[in-house]
Amino acid sequence: MGPGTWFAALLCLSLAAVLIFLGLPVAAIFLDTSPTELIASLGQPEARDALMLSLRTTAASLALIVLVGTPAAYLLATRSFRGKAVVVTLVELPLVLPPAVAGIALLASVGPTGLLGSLTGDSLALQTAGVVVALTFVASPFYIRQAQAAFAALDRSWLDAARTLGASEAGAFVRVAVPAALPGLAAGTALALGRALGEFGATLIFAGSFQGVTQTVPLAIYARFATDFDAALALAAVLVLISAALLLAVKLVGRSSTLAGA
Amino acid sequence: MRPIAAAAAIVLALAGCGEDDEKSAERPVLTVSAAASLTGAFEALKRDYTAAELRFSFAGSDELAAQIRKGVTPDVFAAANTKLPEALAKEGLVEEPMVFASNDLVLAVPADGAKVSSLDDLGRPGVKLAIGSESVPVGEYTRELLSGLGPERAKAILANVRSEEPDVTGVVGKVSQGAADAGFVYRSDADAASGRLRAISLPARLDPRVAYGAAVVKGARRRKAARTFIRSLLDGQGERALRRAGVGPPP
Repeated sequence: MGPGTWFAALLCLSLAAVLIFLGLPVAAIFLDTSPTELIASLGQPEARDALMLSLRTTAASLALIVLVGTPAAYLLATRSFRGKAVVVTLVELPLVLPPAVAGIALLASVGPTGLLGSLTGDSLALQTAGVVVALTFVASPFYIRQAQAAFAALDRSWLDAARTLGASEAGAFVRVAVPAALPGLAAGTALALGRALGEFGATLIFAGSFQGVTQTVPLAIYARFATDFDAALALAAVLVLISAALLLAVKLVGRSSTLAGA
Repeated sequence: MRPIAAAAAIVLALAGCGEDDEKSAERPVLTVSAAASLTGAFEALKRDYTAAELRFSFAGSDELAAQIRKGVTPDVFAAANTKLPEALAKEGLVEEPMVFASNDLVLAVPADGAKVSSLDDLGRPGVKLAIGSESVPVGEYTRELLSGLGPERAKAILANVRSEEPDVTGVVGKVSQGAADAGFVYRSDADAASGRLRAISLPARLDPRVAYGAAVVKGARRRKAARTFIRSLLDGQGERALRRAGVGPPP
Protein backbone atom coordinates (compact mmCIF):
# COMPACT_ATOMS: atom_id res chain seq x y z
CA MET A 1 0.00 0.00 0.00
CA GLY A 2 1.39 3.39 -0.98
CA PRO A 3 1.40 6.31 1.42
CA GLY A 4 -1.48 7.98 -0.47
CA THR A 5 -3.83 5.03 -0.47
CA TRP A 6 -3.82 4.42 3.28
CA PHE A 7 -4.68 8.05 3.82
CA ALA A 8 -7.58 7.84 1.38
CA ALA A 9 -8.73 4.67 3.15
CA LEU A 10 -8.51 6.46 6.50
CA LEU A 11 -10.66 9.30 5.17
CA CYS A 12 -13.26 6.85 3.85
CA LEU A 13 -13.30 4.88 7.09
CA SER A 14 -13.75 8.06 9.13
CA LEU A 15 -16.65 9.20 7.01
CA ALA A 16 -18.23 5.76 7.19
CA ALA A 17 -17.92 5.81 10.99
CA VAL A 18 -19.49 9.28 11.13
CA LEU A 19 -22.36 8.22 8.86
CA ILE A 20 -23.12 5.07 10.84
CA PHE A 21 -22.88 6.84 14.19
CA LEU A 22 -25.10 9.76 13.16
CA GLY A 23 -27.40 7.93 10.80
CA LEU A 24 -28.24 4.80 12.77
CA PRO A 25 -30.28 6.43 15.58
CA VAL A 26 -32.23 8.51 13.05
CA ALA A 27 -32.81 5.45 10.87
CA ALA A 28 -34.02 3.52 13.94
CA ILE A 29 -36.73 6.12 14.55
CA PHE A 30 -38.17 5.44 11.11
CA LEU A 31 -37.59 1.68 11.06
CA ASP A 32 -39.52 1.37 14.35
CA THR A 33 -42.40 3.55 13.17
CA SER A 34 -44.86 2.43 10.54
CA PRO A 35 -46.42 5.13 8.32
CA THR A 36 -49.83 4.32 9.84
CA GLU A 37 -48.49 4.94 13.35
CA LEU A 38 -46.98 8.16 12.13
CA ILE A 39 -50.30 9.40 10.76
CA ALA A 40 -52.22 8.09 13.78
CA SER A 41 -49.92 10.02 16.11
CA LEU A 42 -50.76 13.20 14.22
CA GLY A 43 -54.43 12.53 14.87
CA GLN A 44 -53.97 12.86 18.62
CA PRO A 45 -54.85 16.32 19.95
CA GLU A 46 -51.78 16.43 22.24
CA ALA A 47 -49.50 15.84 19.26
CA ARG A 48 -51.28 18.38 17.07
CA ASP A 49 -51.21 20.99 19.83
CA ALA A 50 -47.50 20.37 20.37
CA LEU A 51 -46.74 20.66 16.65
CA MET A 52 -48.70 23.87 16.20
CA LEU A 53 -47.09 25.36 19.30
CA SER A 54 -43.59 24.38 18.14
CA LEU A 55 -44.14 25.92 14.71
CA ARG A 56 -45.67 29.13 16.13
CA THR A 57 -43.02 29.70 18.78
CA THR A 58 -40.15 28.82 16.45
CA ALA A 59 -41.47 31.21 13.78
CA ALA A 60 -41.86 34.01 16.32
CA SER A 61 -38.39 33.52 17.73
CA LEU A 62 -36.79 33.32 14.26
CA ALA A 63 -38.51 36.56 13.27
CA LEU A 64 -37.08 38.25 16.37
CA ILE A 65 -33.63 36.78 15.81
CA VAL A 66 -33.41 37.82 12.14
CA LEU A 67 -34.92 41.27 12.68
CA VAL A 68 -32.63 42.27 15.55
CA GLY A 69 -29.74 39.92 14.89
CA THR A 70 -29.01 40.98 11.30
CA PRO A 71 -28.16 44.65 12.03
CA ALA A 72 -26.34 43.62 15.22
CA ALA A 73 -24.23 41.13 13.26
CA TYR A 74 -23.57 43.80 10.59
CA LEU A 75 -22.23 46.14 13.25
CA LEU A 76 -19.95 43.43 14.64
CA ALA A 77 -18.70 42.61 11.14
CA THR A 78 -18.04 46.13 9.91
CA ARG A 79 -16.87 48.09 12.97
CA SER A 80 -14.01 47.66 15.34
CA PHE A 81 -14.25 49.08 18.82
CA ARG A 82 -12.75 48.58 22.24
CA GLY A 83 -14.00 45.51 24.01
CA LYS A 84 -15.35 43.97 20.84
CA ALA A 85 -13.89 40.57 21.72
CA VAL A 86 -15.79 40.68 25.01
CA VAL A 87 -19.03 41.61 23.24
CA VAL A 88 -18.63 38.80 20.70
CA THR A 89 -17.91 36.31 23.48
CA LEU A 90 -21.02 37.43 25.36
CA VAL A 91 -23.14 37.00 22.24
CA GLU A 92 -21.73 33.54 21.67
CA LEU A 93 -21.96 32.41 25.28
CA PRO A 94 -25.40 30.73 25.02
CA LEU A 95 -23.79 28.35 22.49
CA VAL A 96 -21.81 26.69 25.26
CA LEU A 97 -24.37 27.00 28.06
CA PRO A 98 -26.16 23.77 28.91
CA PRO A 99 -29.88 24.31 28.16
CA ALA A 100 -30.75 23.75 31.82
CA VAL A 101 -28.41 26.58 32.75
CA ALA A 102 -30.12 28.78 30.17
CA GLY A 103 -33.49 27.97 31.75
CA ILE A 104 -32.27 28.78 35.25
CA ALA A 105 -30.61 31.98 34.00
CA LEU A 106 -33.88 33.07 32.39
CA LEU A 107 -35.78 32.39 35.63
CA ALA A 108 -33.17 34.35 37.58
CA SER A 109 -33.36 37.32 35.17
CA VAL A 110 -36.89 37.59 33.76
CA GLY A 111 -38.76 35.15 36.01
CA PRO A 112 -41.32 36.46 38.54
CA THR A 113 -38.71 36.70 41.32
CA GLY A 114 -35.78 37.43 38.99
CA LEU A 115 -33.67 40.57 38.49
CA LEU A 116 -36.28 42.19 36.27
CA GLY A 117 -39.13 40.40 38.01
CA SER A 118 -40.83 43.67 38.92
CA LEU A 119 -41.06 44.49 35.19
CA THR A 120 -41.84 41.11 33.71
CA GLY A 121 -43.99 39.79 36.57
CA ASP A 122 -45.53 36.52 35.51
CA SER A 123 -45.94 37.46 31.86
CA LEU A 124 -43.22 35.06 30.68
CA ALA A 125 -42.69 32.08 33.00
CA LEU A 126 -45.14 29.26 32.28
CA GLN A 127 -46.51 31.22 29.28
CA THR A 128 -46.19 30.80 25.53
CA ALA A 129 -44.22 34.07 25.42
CA GLY A 130 -41.74 32.41 27.78
CA VAL A 131 -41.20 29.61 25.25
CA VAL A 132 -40.38 32.23 22.59
CA VAL A 133 -37.91 33.89 24.97
CA ALA A 134 -36.23 30.55 25.74
CA LEU A 135 -35.96 29.63 22.05
CA THR A 136 -34.62 33.07 21.15
CA PHE A 137 -32.03 32.94 23.91
CA VAL A 138 -30.57 29.59 22.90
CA ALA A 139 -30.91 29.94 19.11
CA SER A 140 -29.85 33.53 18.37
CA PRO A 141 -26.07 33.00 18.70
CA PHE A 142 -26.26 30.42 15.92
CA TYR A 143 -27.70 33.04 13.58
CA ILE A 144 -25.64 36.02 14.69
CA ARG A 145 -22.34 34.15 14.45
CA GLN A 146 -23.07 32.99 10.93
CA ALA A 147 -24.43 36.39 9.85
CA GLN A 148 -21.37 38.16 11.24
CA ALA A 149 -19.09 35.82 9.28
CA ALA A 150 -21.16 36.33 6.11
CA PHE A 151 -20.98 40.13 6.39
CA ALA A 152 -17.27 40.04 7.22
CA ALA A 153 -16.57 37.98 4.10
CA LEU A 154 -18.18 40.57 1.80
CA ASP A 155 -15.95 42.51 -0.53
CA ARG A 156 -15.74 45.93 1.09
CA SER A 157 -15.25 47.58 -2.28
CA TRP A 158 -18.87 46.78 -3.20
CA LEU A 159 -20.12 48.63 -0.17
CA ASP A 160 -17.73 51.51 -0.83
CA ALA A 161 -18.89 51.66 -4.47
CA ALA A 162 -22.51 51.82 -3.34
CA ARG A 163 -21.60 54.68 -1.00
CA THR A 164 -19.73 56.50 -3.78
CA LEU A 165 -22.78 56.17 -5.98
CA GLY A 166 -24.73 58.06 -3.34
CA ALA A 167 -26.30 55.35 -1.26
CA SER A 168 -26.62 56.05 2.47
CA GLU A 169 -25.09 53.47 4.81
CA ALA A 170 -28.58 52.16 5.51
CA GLY A 171 -29.20 51.92 1.77
CA ALA A 172 -25.93 50.05 1.20
CA PHE A 173 -26.85 47.66 4.04
CA VAL A 174 -30.31 46.89 2.68
CA ARG A 175 -29.58 46.86 -1.07
CA VAL A 176 -26.02 45.55 -1.21
CA ALA A 177 -24.84 43.88 1.98
CA VAL A 178 -27.94 41.85 2.86
CA PRO A 179 -28.54 40.45 -0.65
CA ALA A 180 -24.86 39.59 -1.07
CA ALA A 181 -24.70 37.90 2.34
CA LEU A 182 -28.00 36.05 1.84
CA PRO A 183 -26.54 32.54 1.50
CA GLY A 184 -24.72 32.97 4.81
CA LEU A 185 -27.80 34.50 6.44
CA ALA A 186 -29.90 31.58 5.19
CA ALA A 187 -27.40 29.08 6.60
CA GLY A 188 -27.53 30.89 9.94
CA THR A 189 -31.31 30.86 9.88
CA ALA A 190 -31.26 27.12 9.23
CA LEU A 191 -29.00 26.51 12.23
CA ALA A 192 -31.09 28.72 14.52
CA LEU A 193 -34.23 27.03 13.26
CA GLY A 194 -32.90 23.58 14.04
CA ARG A 195 -31.80 24.62 17.51
CA ALA A 196 -35.14 26.32 18.26
CA LEU A 197 -37.28 23.41 17.05
CA GLY A 198 -35.30 20.94 19.14
CA GLU A 199 -35.09 23.09 22.29
CA PHE A 200 -35.95 21.16 25.44
CA GLY A 201 -34.18 22.00 28.69
CA ALA A 202 -34.47 25.78 28.80
CA THR A 203 -38.14 25.57 27.81
CA LEU A 204 -38.95 22.96 30.47
CA ILE A 205 -37.23 24.89 33.26
CA PHE A 206 -38.35 28.40 32.30
CA ALA A 207 -41.70 27.88 30.60
CA GLY A 208 -42.82 24.55 32.06
CA SER A 209 -44.83 21.95 30.20
CA PHE A 210 -48.53 22.36 29.52
CA GLN A 211 -50.47 21.13 26.52
CA GLY A 212 -51.24 23.87 24.01
CA VAL A 213 -49.46 26.57 26.05
CA THR A 214 -45.85 25.57 26.65
CA GLN A 215 -45.58 21.90 25.68
CA THR A 216 -43.58 21.97 22.44
CA VAL A 217 -42.87 18.79 20.45
CA PRO A 218 -39.66 17.84 22.32
CA LEU A 219 -41.47 18.22 25.66
CA ALA A 220 -44.42 16.20 24.37
CA ILE A 221 -42.02 13.46 23.26
CA TYR A 222 -40.45 13.38 26.73
CA ALA A 223 -43.86 13.34 28.42
CA ARG A 224 -44.89 10.30 26.36
CA PHE A 225 -41.62 8.43 26.60
CA ALA A 226 -42.60 6.87 29.94
CA THR A 227 -46.17 5.94 29.07
CA ASP A 228 -46.26 5.28 25.35
CA PHE A 229 -42.88 4.68 23.74
CA ASP A 230 -44.35 4.05 20.28
CA ALA A 231 -46.26 7.32 20.32
CA ALA A 232 -43.10 9.12 21.45
CA LEU A 233 -41.21 7.52 18.58
CA ALA A 234 -43.88 8.47 16.04
CA LEU A 235 -43.86 12.07 17.21
CA ALA A 236 -40.07 12.03 17.04
CA ALA A 237 -40.31 10.87 13.42
CA VAL A 238 -42.65 13.74 12.63
CA LEU A 239 -40.23 16.23 14.22
CA VAL A 240 -37.30 14.82 12.23
CA LEU A 241 -39.27 15.07 8.98
CA ILE A 242 -40.37 18.64 9.63
CA SER A 243 -36.88 19.72 10.71
CA ALA A 244 -35.33 18.10 7.63
CA ALA A 245 -37.90 19.73 5.31
CA LEU A 246 -37.40 23.18 6.84
CA LEU A 247 -33.63 22.80 6.77
CA LEU A 248 -33.76 21.84 3.11
CA ALA A 249 -36.11 24.71 2.27
CA VAL A 250 -33.85 27.27 3.94
CA LYS A 251 -30.81 25.86 2.15
CA LEU A 252 -32.60 26.03 -1.21
CA VAL A 253 -33.53 29.66 -0.55
CA GLY A 254 -29.89 30.38 0.18
CA ARG A 255 -28.73 28.63 -2.98
CA SER A 256 -31.29 30.20 -5.34
CA SER A 257 -30.36 33.64 -4.03
CA THR A 258 -26.70 32.95 -4.81
CA LEU A 259 -27.64 31.97 -8.35
CA ALA A 260 -29.85 35.00 -8.77
CA GLY A 261 -27.09 37.23 -7.47
CA ALA A 262 -24.48 35.73 -9.80
CA MET B 1 -2.03 1.19 8.87
CA ARG B 2 -0.21 2.20 12.06
CA PRO B 3 -2.10 5.50 12.58
CA ILE B 4 -5.40 3.63 12.52
CA ALA B 5 -4.18 1.17 15.12
CA ALA B 6 -3.03 4.07 17.26
CA ALA B 7 -6.37 5.83 16.81
CA ALA B 8 -8.22 2.64 17.73
CA ALA B 9 -6.10 2.24 20.85
CA ILE B 10 -6.92 5.80 21.89
CA VAL B 11 -10.63 5.29 21.30
CA LEU B 12 -10.64 2.06 23.30
CA ALA B 13 -8.69 3.66 26.11
CA LEU B 14 -11.12 6.59 26.21
CA ALA B 15 -14.05 4.20 26.25
CA GLY B 16 -12.61 2.66 29.39
CA CYS B 17 -12.22 -0.83 27.94
CA GLY B 18 -9.05 -1.28 29.91
CA GLU B 19 -10.77 -0.89 33.27
CA ASP B 20 -9.59 -3.25 35.96
CA ASP B 21 -12.53 -5.41 37.01
CA GLU B 22 -10.59 -7.16 39.76
CA LYS B 23 -9.85 -3.99 41.61
CA SER B 24 -13.42 -2.71 41.49
CA ALA B 25 -14.62 -6.05 42.90
CA GLU B 26 -13.34 -5.02 46.34
CA ARG B 27 -15.75 -2.11 46.54
CA PRO B 28 -18.28 -2.70 43.78
CA VAL B 29 -19.75 0.18 41.82
CA LEU B 30 -23.50 0.03 42.24
CA THR B 31 -25.78 1.89 39.84
CA VAL B 32 -29.12 2.92 41.27
CA SER B 33 -32.01 4.37 39.26
CA ALA B 34 -33.90 6.34 41.88
CA ALA B 35 -36.98 8.53 42.10
CA ALA B 36 -36.16 12.26 41.97
CA SER B 37 -37.57 12.71 45.49
CA LEU B 38 -34.81 10.46 46.87
CA THR B 39 -32.06 12.80 45.61
CA GLY B 40 -31.31 14.44 48.96
CA ALA B 41 -31.35 11.22 51.01
CA PHE B 42 -29.31 9.17 48.54
CA GLU B 43 -26.71 11.87 47.84
CA ALA B 44 -26.10 12.07 51.59
CA LEU B 45 -25.93 8.28 51.80
CA LYS B 46 -23.32 8.19 49.04
CA ARG B 47 -20.79 9.86 51.33
CA ASP B 48 -21.21 7.34 54.16
CA TYR B 49 -22.09 4.10 52.42
CA THR B 50 -19.24 1.64 52.84
CA ALA B 51 -20.41 -1.52 51.08
CA ALA B 52 -20.24 -0.08 47.55
CA GLU B 53 -19.48 2.99 45.52
CA LEU B 54 -22.89 4.38 44.61
CA ARG B 55 -23.80 5.91 41.27
CA PHE B 56 -27.26 7.39 40.92
CA SER B 57 -29.53 8.28 38.08
CA PHE B 58 -32.35 10.46 39.42
CA ALA B 59 -35.51 11.10 37.37
CA GLY B 60 -39.23 10.57 37.49
CA SER B 61 -39.87 6.92 38.48
CA ASP B 62 -41.93 6.47 35.32
CA GLU B 63 -39.04 7.56 33.09
CA LEU B 64 -36.67 5.19 34.91
CA ALA B 65 -39.15 2.32 34.53
CA ALA B 66 -39.47 3.10 30.82
CA GLN B 67 -35.68 2.93 30.49
CA ILE B 68 -35.62 -0.49 32.18
CA ARG B 69 -38.37 -1.67 29.83
CA LYS B 70 -36.11 -0.56 26.95
CA GLY B 71 -33.30 -2.75 28.22
CA VAL B 72 -31.32 -0.41 30.49
CA THR B 73 -30.09 -2.42 33.48
CA PRO B 74 -29.14 -0.46 36.56
CA ASP B 75 -28.50 -2.66 39.60
CA VAL B 76 -31.33 -1.20 41.70
CA PHE B 77 -34.61 0.49 40.82
CA ALA B 78 -36.02 2.63 43.66
CA ALA B 79 -39.39 4.20 42.84
CA ALA B 80 -41.67 6.66 44.60
CA ASN B 81 -44.50 4.16 44.42
CA THR B 82 -44.96 0.41 44.63
CA LYS B 83 -46.99 0.18 41.43
CA LEU B 84 -44.06 0.61 39.02
CA PRO B 85 -41.65 -1.91 40.63
CA GLU B 86 -44.53 -4.39 40.97
CA ALA B 87 -45.43 -3.94 37.31
CA LEU B 88 -41.80 -4.48 36.28
CA ALA B 89 -41.63 -7.59 38.50
CA LYS B 90 -44.71 -8.98 36.77
CA GLU B 91 -43.03 -8.36 33.42
CA GLY B 92 -40.00 -10.31 34.66
CA LEU B 93 -37.68 -7.30 34.55
CA VAL B 94 -36.93 -6.90 38.26
CA GLU B 95 -36.88 -9.23 41.28
CA GLU B 96 -39.52 -9.16 44.03
CA PRO B 97 -39.80 -5.52 45.19
CA MET B 98 -39.63 -4.36 48.81
CA VAL B 99 -41.42 -1.40 50.36
CA PHE B 100 -38.70 0.64 52.04
CA ALA B 101 -40.03 4.12 52.83
CA SER B 102 -43.01 6.44 53.03
CA ASN B 103 -43.54 10.15 52.58
CA ASP B 104 -46.27 12.77 52.97
CA LEU B 105 -47.70 14.76 50.15
CA VAL B 106 -47.82 18.44 51.12
CA LEU B 107 -48.87 21.67 49.50
CA ALA B 108 -45.72 23.72 48.85
CA VAL B 109 -45.84 27.52 48.54
CA PRO B 110 -43.03 30.09 48.28
CA ALA B 111 -41.62 30.94 51.73
CA ASP B 112 -42.14 34.68 51.13
CA GLY B 113 -45.21 36.41 49.81
CA ALA B 114 -47.28 33.30 49.20
CA LYS B 115 -50.64 33.87 47.52
CA VAL B 116 -51.92 30.52 48.72
CA SER B 117 -52.36 29.58 52.36
CA SER B 118 -54.60 26.51 52.19
CA LEU B 119 -56.24 24.00 49.88
CA ASP B 120 -59.26 26.32 49.69
CA ASP B 121 -57.23 28.95 47.78
CA LEU B 122 -56.18 26.58 45.00
CA GLY B 123 -59.37 26.82 42.96
CA ARG B 124 -59.45 30.62 42.92
CA PRO B 125 -59.13 32.32 39.55
CA GLY B 126 -55.61 33.55 38.83
CA VAL B 127 -53.82 31.05 41.05
CA LYS B 128 -51.08 29.21 39.13
CA LEU B 129 -50.23 25.62 39.99
CA ALA B 130 -47.41 23.31 38.98
CA ILE B 131 -48.03 19.59 39.55
CA GLY B 132 -46.43 16.33 38.48
CA SER B 133 -47.54 14.92 35.13
CA GLU B 134 -50.06 12.10 35.21
CA SER B 135 -47.53 9.32 34.74
CA VAL B 136 -45.01 10.26 37.43
CA PRO B 137 -45.88 9.03 40.98
CA VAL B 138 -46.08 12.53 42.51
CA GLY B 139 -48.59 13.50 39.80
CA GLU B 140 -50.62 10.39 40.38
CA TYR B 141 -50.71 10.96 44.17
CA THR B 142 -51.70 14.58 43.52
CA ARG B 143 -54.66 13.57 41.36
CA GLU B 144 -55.68 10.94 43.91
CA LEU B 145 -55.62 13.56 46.65
CA LEU B 146 -57.61 16.04 44.58
CA SER B 147 -60.26 13.46 43.73
CA GLY B 148 -60.86 13.16 47.49
CA LEU B 149 -62.07 16.77 47.42
CA GLY B 150 -64.99 15.92 45.17
CA PRO B 151 -65.34 16.49 41.42
CA GLU B 152 -66.29 20.20 41.63
CA ARG B 153 -63.30 21.31 43.67
CA ALA B 154 -60.90 18.99 41.88
CA LYS B 155 -61.99 20.42 38.53
CA ALA B 156 -61.56 24.01 39.67
CA ILE B 157 -58.07 23.24 41.01
CA LEU B 158 -56.96 21.30 37.91
CA ALA B 159 -58.12 24.23 35.76
CA ASN B 160 -55.44 26.33 37.49
CA VAL B 161 -52.60 23.98 36.56
CA ARG B 162 -50.06 25.82 34.39
CA SER B 163 -47.35 23.20 34.19
CA GLU B 164 -47.22 19.42 34.33
CA GLU B 165 -43.68 18.58 35.38
CA PRO B 166 -41.87 15.31 34.53
CA ASP B 167 -40.69 14.89 38.13
CA VAL B 168 -41.04 16.40 41.59
CA THR B 169 -37.83 18.44 41.16
CA GLY B 170 -39.58 20.43 38.45
CA VAL B 171 -42.49 21.25 40.77
CA VAL B 172 -40.09 22.35 43.54
CA GLY B 173 -38.22 24.60 41.06
CA LYS B 174 -41.33 26.26 39.67
CA VAL B 175 -42.73 27.07 43.13
CA SER B 176 -39.46 28.13 44.74
CA GLN B 177 -38.80 30.51 41.81
CA GLY B 178 -42.29 31.99 42.12
CA ALA B 179 -43.22 30.89 38.59
CA ALA B 180 -46.08 28.94 40.18
CA ASP B 181 -48.00 29.98 43.30
CA ALA B 182 -48.21 26.46 44.70
CA GLY B 183 -47.58 22.80 43.93
CA PHE B 184 -47.86 19.37 45.49
CA VAL B 185 -44.55 17.82 46.53
CA TYR B 186 -43.30 15.34 49.14
CA ARG B 187 -42.59 16.71 52.59
CA SER B 188 -38.91 15.78 52.32
CA ASP B 189 -38.59 17.89 49.13
CA ALA B 190 -40.17 20.92 50.78
CA ASP B 191 -37.77 20.52 53.74
CA ALA B 192 -34.76 20.16 51.43
CA ALA B 193 -35.55 23.35 49.47
CA SER B 194 -33.26 25.36 51.78
CA GLY B 195 -35.94 27.62 53.22
CA ARG B 196 -37.41 28.70 49.89
CA LEU B 197 -40.56 26.64 50.35
CA ARG B 198 -43.16 26.42 53.07
CA ALA B 199 -44.99 23.11 53.42
CA ILE B 200 -48.70 23.18 54.22
CA SER B 201 -49.85 19.87 55.71
CA LEU B 202 -52.99 18.33 54.30
CA PRO B 203 -55.91 16.67 56.10
CA ALA B 204 -55.15 13.04 56.99
CA ARG B 205 -58.33 11.81 55.27
CA LEU B 206 -56.89 12.97 51.91
CA ASP B 207 -53.50 11.28 52.44
CA PRO B 208 -52.68 9.25 49.30
CA ARG B 209 -50.30 6.97 51.31
CA VAL B 210 -47.01 7.51 49.53
CA ALA B 211 -44.91 4.32 49.66
CA TYR B 212 -41.54 3.70 48.01
CA GLY B 213 -40.64 0.35 46.48
CA ALA B 214 -37.19 -0.91 45.48
CA ALA B 215 -36.10 -3.97 43.54
CA VAL B 216 -32.96 -5.58 42.17
CA VAL B 217 -33.01 -5.36 38.38
CA LYS B 218 -32.79 -8.73 36.59
CA GLY B 219 -29.56 -9.03 34.65
CA ALA B 220 -27.86 -6.55 37.00
CA ARG B 221 -24.10 -6.98 37.24
CA ARG B 222 -23.93 -6.57 41.03
CA ARG B 223 -26.92 -8.51 42.31
CA LYS B 224 -25.43 -9.28 45.72
CA ALA B 225 -24.36 -5.71 46.36
CA ALA B 226 -27.78 -4.57 45.13
CA ARG B 227 -29.55 -6.76 47.69
CA THR B 228 -27.26 -5.48 50.43
CA PHE B 229 -28.09 -1.91 49.40
CA ILE B 230 -31.86 -2.48 49.54
CA ARG B 231 -31.52 -4.17 52.95
CA SER B 232 -29.62 -1.16 54.25
CA LEU B 233 -32.55 1.04 53.28
CA LEU B 234 -34.66 -0.88 55.80
CA ASP B 235 -32.10 -1.24 58.53
CA GLY B 236 -28.66 0.35 58.38
CA GLN B 237 -26.85 3.28 56.80
CA GLY B 238 -29.51 3.69 54.14
CA GLU B 239 -32.32 3.79 56.67
CA ARG B 240 -30.54 6.47 58.72
CA ALA B 241 -29.90 8.63 55.64
CA LEU B 242 -33.55 8.41 54.64
CA ARG B 243 -34.79 9.43 58.12
CA ARG B 244 -32.30 12.32 58.28
CA ALA B 245 -33.62 13.57 54.92
CA GLY B 246 -37.18 13.47 56.24
CA VAL B 247 -38.26 10.36 54.32
CA GLY B 248 -40.46 8.20 56.58
CA PRO B 249 -40.28 4.50 57.51
CA PRO B 250 -42.26 2.00 55.43
CA PRO B 251 -45.98 2.16 56.22
